[in-house]
Amino acid sequence: MELTTIALAIIALSIASFYLGRARSLALVGGPRKIRHLHSLPGYYGYFAALWCLLPAMALVLVWLYVEPRVIVALVVDGLPEAQRSLSEGELNLLVNNIRHLAIGDVVSVQVDSGMQAAAAQYQEYVTASRRMLAALSLGLAVLGGAIAWRRINPDFRARNRVESIFNALLIAASSIAILTTIGIVLSVLFEAIRFFREVPITEFLFGLNWSPQTAIRSDQVGSSGSFGAVPLFTGTLLVTAIAMFVAVPVGLMTAIYLAEYSTSRIRSIAKPLLEVLAGIPTVVYGFFAALTVAPAIRSAGESMGLAVASESALAAGLVMGIMIIPLVSSLSDDAINAVPGAMRDGALGLGSTRSETMRLVILPAALPGIVGGILLAVSRAIGETMIVVMAAGLASNLTANPFEAVTTVTVQIVTLLVGDQEFDSAKTLAAFALGLTLFIVTLLLNVIGLYVVRKYREQYD
Amino acid sequence: MSENKIEITRTRVEAGLAKRYRKEAAFRFFGMLATAVGVIFLAVFFITLIAQGASAFQQNYITIDVEFSEELLAPDGELDLEYADFDAVVRNAMKALFPEATGRKDRREMMRLVSVGGAYQLRAMLKSDPGLLGTSQSVTVPASSNVDMLLKGNIDRNVEASRRPLTDKQLAWIDQLVENGRLEAKFNSALFLNGDSREPELAGIRGALMGSFYMLIVTIALSFPIGAAAAIYLEEFAPKNRWADLIEVNINNLAAVPSIVFGLLGLAVFINWMSLPRSAPLVGGLVLSLMTLPVIIIASRAAIKSVPPSIRDAALGLGASRMQVVFHHVIPLALPGMLTGAIIGMGRALGESAPLLMIGMVAFIVDVPAGFSDPSTALPVQVYLWADSPERAFAERTAAAIIVLLGFLLLMNLSAVILRRRMEKKW
Repeated sequence: MELTTIALAIIALSIASFYLGRARSLALVGGPRKIRHLHSLPGYYGYFAALWCLLPAMALVLVWLYVEPRVIVALVVDGLPEAQRSLSEGELNLLVNNIRHLAIGDVVSVQVDSGMQAAAAQYQEYVTASRRMLAALSLGLAVLGGAIAWRRINPDFRARNRVESIFNALLIAASSIAILTTIGIVLSVLFEAIRFFREVPITEFLFGLNWSPQTAIRSDQVGSSGSFGAVPLFTGTLLVTAIAMFVAVPVGLMTAIYLAEYSTSRIRSIAKPLLEVLAGIPTVVYGFFAALTVAPAIRSAGESMGLAVASESALAAGLVMGIMIIPLVSSLSDDAINAVPGAMRDGALGLGSTRSETMRLVILPAALPGIVGGILLAVSRAIGETMIVVMAAGLASNLTANPFEAVTTVTVQIVTLLVGDQEFDSAKTLAAFALGLTLFIVTLLLNVIGLYVVRKYREQYD
Repeated sequence: MSENKIEITRTRVEAGLAKRYRKEAAFRFFGMLATAVGVIFLAVFFITLIAQGASAFQQNYITIDVEFSEELLAPDGELDLEYADFDAVVRNAMKALFPEATGRKDRREMMRLVSVGGAYQLRAMLKSDPGLLGTSQSVTVPASSNVDMLLKGNIDRNVEASRRPLTDKQLAWIDQLVENGRLEAKFNSALFLNGDSREPELAGIRGALMGSFYMLIVTIALSFPIGAAAAIYLEEFAPKNRWADLIEVNINNLAAVPSIVFGLLGLAVFINWMSLPRSAPLVGGLVLSLMTLPVIIIASRAAIKSVPPSIRDAALGLGASRMQVVFHHVIPLALPGMLTGAIIGMGRALGESAPLLMIGMVAFIVDVPAGFSDPSTALPVQVYLWADSPERAFAERTAAAIIVLLGFLLLMNLSAVILRRRMEKKW
């Protein structure tokens, strides 16, 4: 039986239980006119039966789906001849993969022999049997759950309270997924990073000046030990971020000031949505623009001035990233400026200062913490930005502060290390997780401080 | 004396006034300039995008007269579609067009005018109608990408022959074809009907679109119910204690975590630990739903918060339980706001590509995915892949794919705006 069929059958059963449960509750008190003898509204008896039917069966399906492939692989491996069972873990994995591909009619990477043919047939058999068992068990459980609930229904049964407490539990579960995600991020990144730091000392990673993450296929190969000094990546990230901030902060801030103080409401109603469009463009599109339009333009402009500009330069990536961040800076600055009480502004204007003096000497100093918080969030965004730098900044790890050269960043290296084949026991793959951990910690700090400052400041004038 | 002081102050103020006004004007000018920077960038961006991409919606096709000859296709009297030599059929048709091309080199150059997809097209024709065997047909097949680029003006025919991908002979042939009306530009339906391909003239975004579609289905199915439930709990039921504060801080932080970190999470948890299939829309959707969850929770909480407390009080006063208050009264009122948040979250998910690179959705995949666990890419990832291709023709298609992507985003955001306008209530 197909998985979707099973799921649909369970859902159909639970809908049926709803109507059965509701009908039973009404039947027990003798019809809709005597509904006052029921503890809860009849619908709640229906929900109660439906939940009892649905939840256990669905839980069983999920657990089954997690366990099934593991059990089947173990069974298939058990059935293999002795010689193949004693293969190393990697070779065994390959064999099992091939058997699986053979079973589902996919491309197989090796010559198929009769043993594999038999194992694939075995595999196919196990899968069919497992699905049949799952269908029988889950549907049985659904019927059983519905029946138990049906039996428990009587006029004094507190169905509403039961249903509500189940709902409450579901709501709590949903809200803890956010926490689970964070824990998941921390654990997954941390574990692999710790495995990396067992091979490469953390001091070398943090302070080493040379990044060339090639690991050898053979141990006696020339240059077999890659070097994992991440400083060039950090400086590259900082350079691109600095260029981006150099664009985004003044432009974003001045935009916010202009729109808040000077512009007519008509201009505001046009310019604000346009800036929002800027914020809504996918980063990969910015990357395309940076790589195919901005970078060549900068290159030819640099050449006409006699400057050597790399075809992938930090400047192109940084400029476009800065443009991308303008809306973020301007909207957060706008919030901060608007939070300054009108009385301060009116006071300054009343004493005869011009609008720009009011802005520079009164409002901006008062709004400064909020603006700084917003800038911190923008920096965090720039550091974590991936697609623009992947497409426009390059792969060469240069330890340079020259914006015309190609640099590489933390995010670029994570992508290049993880795209393609991965081996979870090579330092090369694990290095990506160490970089991810660094990235996560730095952006987390910036976010926590930025959010705290922004919020605290907003409250101050409320 | 005080008169005197006032006089001194006044002269001082007046002396500085011109300078201060100049500063004021300069400040104002910079403000205007800054606002213009964003707007001008947007204009330049859209103009270059359309200039680059608009031509990709047209494609040049060559009309050739093919003969589905039995001796070529079915030498043993039996037509085997897998092995039949359709290339030879195309070759014969081209030979008939250019009888002057006799040498080996000339023939090769001649064949480069027509796409390799021509043979596949003929095969598909015979597959759907075997009765065509033995007949002659006039068939329109795609021109090769170089021909296409030349006719669209992306290859300069005036540079010396070694610096352009087409030889002088090929140029002459192309001119001849155009003159005979055999080379025509038509709507590029391949762009929307085909999967990815190494040949630009055959490459399409169908596979990527379907991949994005399946991913968004998973994302909305998971993140909207969970996000809404989380928002309801946090806003209506959660006790105001440190745990609730922790969840709150947590959600705000998650919204600002770089998307690539979610990709690392997906790689480590879904692929490595749970051993779900790589490159599958299912995994992509899971990762994207974790990523959009905070967006939806924050928007839903704002929507729930905007429902006035008097509604809750009235329902409670009439004897409803707290759960009934929320599900019968608060949620129906907050739903438009929650849906708006969900659409905006979906828009972000649709444009996201960095985490998908981590879970293997960057592979070169020709087949259009037909389910949640088939290997596939997504529309923004397709943009990334094509942008990396050196062929000039792919740059054009990348821009076209971006136009399609932006079109979808525009549609989603517009529907969010309309939803908000029509359903929003001011209390």
